[in-house]
Amino acid sequence: MAAGVAAWLPFARAAAIGWMPVANLPMPVAPTEKNKRQDELIILNVSGRRFQTWRNTLDRYPDTLLGSSEKEFFYNEETKEYFFDRDPDVFRSVLNFYRTGKLHYPRYECISSYDEELAFFGIIPEIIGDCCYEEYKDRKRENAERLMDDQEDNKDSKLPNMTFRETMWRAFENPHTSTMALVFYYVTGFFIAISVITNVVETVPCGSAPNQKEVPCGERYTVAFFCMDTACVMIFTVEYLMRLFAAPSRYRFMRSVMSIIDVVAILPYYIGLVMTDNEDVSGAFVTLRVFRVFRIFKFSRHSQGLRILGYTLKSCASELGFLLFSLTMAIIIFATVMFYAEKGSSSSKFTSIPASFWYTIVTMTTLGYGDMVPKTIAGKIFGSICSLSGVLVIALPVPVIVSNFSRIYHQNQRADKRRAQKKARLARIRISKTGSSSAFLHSKRNGLFNEALELTVRPEEQRLSKSTSLLESQHHHLLHCLEKTTVSAHNHEFVDEQCYQQSYLEAGLQTYPSRSPSLSSQDGVTGTCCTRRSKKRHTPLPNASAQAHMHPLTHPHAHQQGLQELSTIHIQPLSTSRSSLNMRVDEPAPLNCQSGQITTAIISIPTPPATTPEGDAHPPAGPAHQNVVKVSAL
Amino acid sequence: MDAKRVETISARVDAAVSSPDSVEDELELSAVRHRPEGLEQLEAQTRFSRKELQILYRGFKNECPSGVVNEDTFKDIYAQFFPQGDASTYAHFLFNAFDTDHNGSVSFEDFVMGLSILLRGTVQEKLNWAFNLYDINKDGYITKEEMLDIMKAIYDMMGKCTYPVLKEETPRQHVEIFFQKMDKNKDGVVTIDEFIDCCQNDENIMRSMHLFENVI
Repeated sequence: MAAGVAAWLPFARAAAIGWMPVANLPMPVAPTEKNKRQDELIILNVSGRRFQTWRNTLDRYPDTLLGSSEKEFFYNEETKEYFFDRDPDVFRSVLNFYRTGKLHYPRYECISSYDEELAFFGIIPEIIGDCCYEEYKDRKRENAERLMDDQEDNKDSKLPNMTFRETMWRAFENPHTSTMALVFYYVTGFFIAISVITNVVETVPCGSAPNQKEVPCGERYTVAFFCMDTACVMIFTVEYLMRLFAAPSRYRFMRSVMSIIDVVAILPYYIGLVMTDNEDVSGAFVTLRVFRVFRIFKFSRHSQGLRILGYTLKSCASELGFLLFSLTMAIIIFATVMFYAEKGSSSSKFTSIPASFWYTIVTMTTLGYGDMVPKTIAGKIFGSICSLSGVLVIALPVPVIVSNFSRIYHQNQRADKRRAQKKARLARIRISKTGSSSAFLHSKRNGLFNEALELTVRPEEQRLSKSTSLLESQHHHLLHCLEKTTVSAHNHEFVDEQCYQQSYLEAGLQTYPSRSPSLSSQDGVTGTCCTRRSKKRHTPLPNASAQAHMHPLTHPHAHQQGLQELSTIHIQPLSTSRSSLNMRVDEPAPLNCQSGQITTAIISIPTPPATTPEGDAHPPAGPAHQNVVKVSAL
Repeated sequence: MDAKRVETISARVDAAVSSPDSVEDELELSAVRHRPEGLEQLEAQTRFSRKELQILYRGFKNECPSGVVNEDTFKDIYAQFFPQGDASTYAHFLFNAFDTDHNGSVSFEDFVMGLSILLRGTVQEKLNWAFNLYDINKDGYITKEEMLDIMKAIYDMMGKCTYPVLKEETPRQHVEIFFQKMDKNKDGVVTIDEFIDCCQNDENIMRSMHLFENVI
């Protein structure tokens, strides 16, 4: 029952009196409302803006936050109102939902902020009214596509422990991941070009011998062209076989369009090898050579524009189909008309209706070769109508195709642009984050300093040195506690980038030059904690388990060396989408405890046992090494 | 009682002043809004308190911003309470019962008057109202056909999924029982006096009349 008509329930119950005289059995007892309250106004204070409504209005939807007793958690005793620290603009829509029973989606609102507000107030977005539902769904889909695009870029990053097969496949799919792949990419591109040019040049008439007619180059330099062809086909075959080997799903690969093109490109050669110069099949053989031109489609792996075009045509299949169908209809109609119109005239070229098809097509597409022209007056009239209508019929579906192409093209552009901007963006975020982590380490330094001073210095001086805010100091205390928690033989501490690098290089471990700055785990060390991708909680792993994952390539120092696990602590109330964006989202202000979200990453290097005593302070600073997770305090 | 003020936002005033123009008439935007009589008058005419009237009006206006309910809206609202069956026929009869001046729409006054009788009226008044509901053509007699229509409408509200399964002749049987009880002189129709007499002698009915008194 829609709550909007809850107000009419008394009426429905009263009208039930109409059944009473008809009933034969006694009626059940009516439920009585215990402590029936007078309807009262309640005040909802949302970030300072006061909304007032009747209590009954909110009670209409008891499975939401405002309709249930959950709102009592937000009750402020002194001001006798319910305070919500949320966006007042979106709250307007939420409250209107209670009033009118319809949930509307304001167009200017960001879709994810709206979703969050709905989730907070316990309202499912599916009940958005028809007027706004389409817009909501469109925006949501756009947003999801955008996120998916970003996630797909992650695939570029290399997972450690990829098998040789997986590495090869990755190299094929994304040429820019390694130099070998790039080389391979360019070589195949070159050979495709060579092969196509060869096919073309083969048919050009070369100079002729004095008393012979012009001979195409192909027949003159048969051996040379044959060698060229063989070389190209060999390269293509090898490439195809390698792709087949590396493909994760061979069956799916074999069904894909590109692989079919590959096969069609090399098959004619092999068939030609098998067949001899037999007279009967030479005709078929010639036909097969035509298929060699399909090699040019192999370029679509190299060119994104071609792929977009192909994708557009595929997505406009229905419009193209309609175009074709309407053209066919028009052709048949006009061909028939022209045939009968021209039947009378002598020496008419319109010998049959199929013969008139040619005229109709040429006229409708405004080509007008002029090999067939109507001679009778009726024929001319119908001919002109034919050409006019041709223009119209073709012009109609074209804008649809164009707009589709434009949309897909812009989508691609957007993806490229985002990728380019991402690097700059990540760099900026990294800088600001090191700011916050260095603040911690800075204060730690000061803190240690302060501890030393405490014994000697008077309170006033101490107060001067405490320049950090209460919030900051609490946060730092927290990180400190964490450090203390992960105690083993040696204290784990947050360390400076240079210091870390130094000790790392000393350790003699090879760092794998990874391109994506988001990588969080070292090659060689098991990447169990990949903060960029992790949407789960990782607890700080104690040293013991870390030792188990040590890189085999150790160095003379004791077992403790080597990169420790990175761990992240997520304390997060709501949706996981925020955690996936955790590396790149925010400005690292000093911790805002009220946001309820604390993400810290701990990187630590155990200090070499010989050199430092336990618990010594490495000169701390902000670790922002490319291969190490950043300390991100959100 | 009917102090209906129907406001028409239109060029009618202009039309009265200027020469009559058919185009203007066509462009007449008539937004019919109905405002009920004042609170005091309604308080006097019905047995509801001021606060109750306020609550009732708020609910009424929320669902029908224009101030009147037409039959379709009425059917819609009523149907929402009986999702499993088809309440439209019964809602039609109800609508006619509420629409005392038979102008095709139920205003707030009609609504509140009806409710006043149903919830705060005497047993006599309630029975009167019920008789009025059953008497479809308002001629003062309930015939078997009228009763059958009403009965079918009530059974329709139950819908198909009932236990035990409703059969075709169940409404008819029910009507027979009703007429046996009510029609004292066996002339095939039930008059208002027969009806009230019979109901007052039936304990069940009397008790059920007081069932919904504390609805508001």
